[in-house]
Amino acid sequence: MTRTTEKPAAENAVTNEAVTNEAVKRPNRRTALKTLAATTALAAAASSMPLFGRYGQVQSSEPIKIGFQVHRTGIGAAYGRWYDRTTKAAVKKINDEGGINGRPVEIVAEDDGTDPKRGAEVVEKMATQHGCDIAFGTLFSHVVIGSAPRAGELKIPYFVVSEGHHVASGMLNRYTLQPGITDVKSQVQAMAPFVNSTLGKKVTMIYPDFAFGHDHRDYFSAAVAAQGGDVVAKIAIPPTETSFTKYFPKIPRNTDVIYHVMVGPAVLTFVKEMGEFFGNSRPEIFGFIDSLEAVDLASPGLEFLEGTYFWEGNPRYAQANQSDYDKAYRKAVGVDANGASVSDPKDVSTYAHMFGCWETLHIVKAGMEASGYAGAGDRAKLIEAVESMTSMPHSYAHPQGAKEFNGKTHQTFGHQYITKVENGRLVLAHTTSIEDTYYPDETDYTKQSF
Amino acid sequence: MSMFLGSNLRKSWTLHIGVIILLFALQFILPAYHHGNLARIMVLACYAMGYNILFGYTGLLSLGHALFFAAGMYGMSLTVQHLGWSAGPALLAGLAAGFAVALAIGLLALRTAGVAFMIVTLMFAQAGYLAALYFGEYTRGDEGFVIQQSFRQLAGVNLADPTNRYFAALALFAICVVVSLRVVQAGFGRVLVAIRENEERTRMLGYDIHRHKLAAVVLSGTMSAAAGAAYGLLFGYAGATFASVQYSIFPLLWVLLGGAGTILGPFVGTLFMFYLIDLSSELTTAYMLIAGFALVMLTLFAPQGLVGELRRRALRWLP
Amino acid sequence: MELGPYLILGLLEGLVTAAVLSLMALGLSLVFGVMRVVNVAHGEFFMVGAVLAWIIANAVDSHPAVNFLAALLLAPPATALLAAIADRLVLKRVAYDPERTIVATIGLLYIIQQVTLMTYGPDARPVEAPFNHRLSIPFVEWTESGMALYWPWGLGTTSYKLAVIGAAVLLLGAIWLLMTRTRIGLVMRATQLDSEMARAFAVPVDRVYAAVFGLGAGLAALAGVLIVPIQQAHYLMGHDPLLLSFIVVIIGGLGSLPGTVVAALLIGISDGMISVFFTPTLAKIIATLGVAFVLIFRPQGLFGRKGL
Repeated sequence: MTRTTEKPAAENAVTNEAVTNEAVKRPNRRTALKTLAATTALAAAASSMPLFGRYGQVQSSEPIKIGFQVHRTGIGAAYGRWYDRTTKAAVKKINDEGGINGRPVEIVAEDDGTDPKRGAEVVEKMATQHGCDIAFGTLFSHVVIGSAPRAGELKIPYFVVSEGHHVASGMLNRYTLQPGITDVKSQVQAMAPFVNSTLGKKVTMIYPDFAFGHDHRDYFSAAVAAQGGDVVAKIAIPPTETSFTKYFPKIPRNTDVIYHVMVGPAVLTFVKEMGEFFGNSRPEIFGFIDSLEAVDLASPGLEFLEGTYFWEGNPRYAQANQSDYDKAYRKAVGVDANGASVSDPKDVSTYAHMFGCWETLHIVKAGMEASGYAGAGDRAKLIEAVESMTSMPHSYAHPQGAKEFNGKTHQTFGHQYITKVENGRLVLAHTTSIEDTYYPDETDYTKQSF
Repeated sequence: MSMFLGSNLRKSWTLHIGVIILLFALQFILPAYHHGNLARIMVLACYAMGYNILFGYTGLLSLGHALFFAAGMYGMSLTVQHLGWSAGPALLAGLAAGFAVALAIGLLALRTAGVAFMIVTLMFAQAGYLAALYFGEYTRGDEGFVIQQSFRQLAGVNLADPTNRYFAALALFAICVVVSLRVVQAGFGRVLVAIRENEERTRMLGYDIHRHKLAAVVLSGTMSAAAGAAYGLLFGYAGATFASVQYSIFPLLWVLLGGAGTILGPFVGTLFMFYLIDLSSELTTAYMLIAGFALVMLTLFAPQGLVGELRRRALRWLP
Repeated sequence: MELGPYLILGLLEGLVTAAVLSLMALGLSLVFGVMRVVNVAHGEFFMVGAVLAWIIANAVDSHPAVNFLAALLLAPPATALLAAIADRLVLKRVAYDPERTIVATIGLLYIIQQVTLMTYGPDARPVEAPFNHRLSIPFVEWTESGMALYWPWGLGTTSYKLAVIGAAVLLLGAIWLLMTRTRIGLVMRATQLDSEMARAFAVPVDRVYAAVFGLGAGLAALAGVLIVPIQQAHYLMGHDPLLLSFIVVIIGGLGSLPGTVVAALLIGISDGMISVFFTPTLAKIIATLGVAFVLIFRPQGLFGRKGL
């Protein structure tokens, strides 16, 4: 299988530098903003001439302040560190290319302790104390949902990188958007055809017993039923659990495929104990990489995963058909071909998720340039500009792959990757189409007033 | 003697009403960020004041107060979310939920005392937290849910508006201060303090210990639930995080920092802890280190809490 | 899985939990019993033990068994030393006042967690077990030709898990001997019964307290080292074991060594067994309420005397 969006080999052969230049030349190629076409053209012209962009700004050279709500402590800390690194790399790239509307970008980062109460406070602080233009970067769903009402009330655009279904479900508000990462509903349902046709019809699901796990349970069960498959058991693990073997006997013997997803510091124990439980007679296993995000695949006890499959938001290991965009993005963030930090091969990244920060910041840039964003007074214009975006082609700004943004639901859609463990590496086995991830709109935020 | 008592009474009412007036006045001068923070702190201080009635005045250390806070929050938010109730009745539902849970827990847990009481309350709260996850179909578990702005209107007042939110928080805070003061000054409160100081002697004086303790649990639980319901309503979110152990430890910490068994201690402790985290997290990413050192230093140099020290050193009449 | 084999599996898993828990709870019980303070940072010593195990194992970087042995020998004393210093610097100065100790140890908890986060980082990192073989366990069934052995699907454990159970039994025995047969134990028990009287009999109470606090932390760290090949070292891992060992100490009855061990078995095994019959989260709720009701009807704990 190859990526559906793969470019001709010739175009893939360009150097990193060329990629960079191309991205600079056409920052908003397909934003298709009729009303703002003139501004777009101006912005594109400005940023294609970095010197002009950097020094020729007439309005203001004050930095654009982006409030970064980061999980430095609490259960999200392993993700937070990599979100931080990716964000820094993206901001460096954007500033090196002349900033946004000629203004430099400044990140104001603050820890939210992966806690919804502190999260809301941090958003308030960014809006009212630090004078940030936007808030950005939240991962854990409960922090997003706890913070979003305040973002809406304070009228500060809130760009989350969470993969939760909260945005698209219509629960949040006009100021909250998720343009840089796909949501769990689209991810999960796109897996069903592959799991059923390649691995088996009878599926046992193991997932954490909280909302994120329930989303997996509900959307995957429905998608499996549509494929003519059958979820034979649903095993919900309490989130405080640290030992798992005692739950595995609940897996029915006739299971063809295990579908697992787990989050938190105990994930490695979970996967390891699953291997110990099955010994040499395991069924097919399909997991969300969340179960092993930031965990070294070469950890002792994971050998049994050889030949099993994973969903990955973005393949951790550099693939045979690696795009130049991915190559350049890896280099910018400081990730090696195995998905670990270039300075410490044991420091494994959260590669399947963190691209969302990179892509979101580029979308913010495109949105600000398209709307001629000058300050807090233009926040509504910025949101309208992002809402009117549609196709985002595979590029240095979107290294994970092409996206289709839905302005009504504030949610982006994109390719999903299924990789197989071969010789201890995750090797691409299947790429879903973007259409596989679609579902009917559940809300229309554009009808809400600002 | 009675004149002396009377003058202390007057002093203490003057002080507390003065604090409330000061908080009212601050609304007009505080910058937006601190204005929002203070609204939040006042609501959380009500939670701490509820905790203080049981811990500070009655001497019962509970490790499960998050259950009451969450009962109020879910009692309010679930009726809004699933039954479409408006804010007024939903708030009452939150209070009723807190009252009922506190009564049930009181009846069971008061069979124990000391460390066993700590564990029993901890266990009930843990069961409550797990139940919030287990019934995720309604609560959305840890992720929680948003209480939409359209529901956050009380008697035509939009509670999502910063000024209204501040006044609502201040109103709740004022009610809790007045209730606490009245309780402490009434015979009921004196019996509670007597129970804290010497349970056996109080029993021998002919007081019904169990009934007084139960009343303290119910009052404490209901006040905590009021804070929980108000928090959800004012800030638009309800989630299982607020039912977790951490949120049972917080009021204990706030009360100990501010001064157990003082009326203003809980508020001062909440305020102090909030800004300790907030300011130190601006200075460094290692803010927990600063917070940790501050806590250790406080226990070393202000063992009775901030207000407690003030009372010990200067204002002996502080209630 | 059929019920019989499932129960065996639940029992084995419960025993591993109980083994680790009893060591950790014993440490808490000693501190609680002798010093009459609640050490909220006890879970952090468990975490420090696990994290040090990872650091030591990585520094030695030899055969997994050598790495692990080094960690086992070095991490607990190092943690004990750290705790003894904390006792001298902080707890002694708050005069072991129960309430101030709670706040002070919450402060310690923040400090230890943050220092770990800044040095070791937020990842959960594994230490390789010194040995780890999967052992299938046979079960009996009735066939036409009478009783026969068979190997049920999934029924098994690992050699390392069995070793953890064994190690816990040995260590508990050693602690029991220490407490009942040695002078150190005598001094500790004397201090526990009446610290003023002990002081009058020239027992260096301050040093006993520091030693007890260190020993308690060392036991928690030991539990942390034993668990780290099964779970991983993570800076937040101390939280749940703290709650569990706290429960164990109270259920067992304050200051009762056998009570603590029985309670650890009870909590560990019921955790394993209840999960056989209910959905996982419901099982946790039932087990939690069970603990509450045990105490409601027996507030002094299973082995505690009234008034203690």
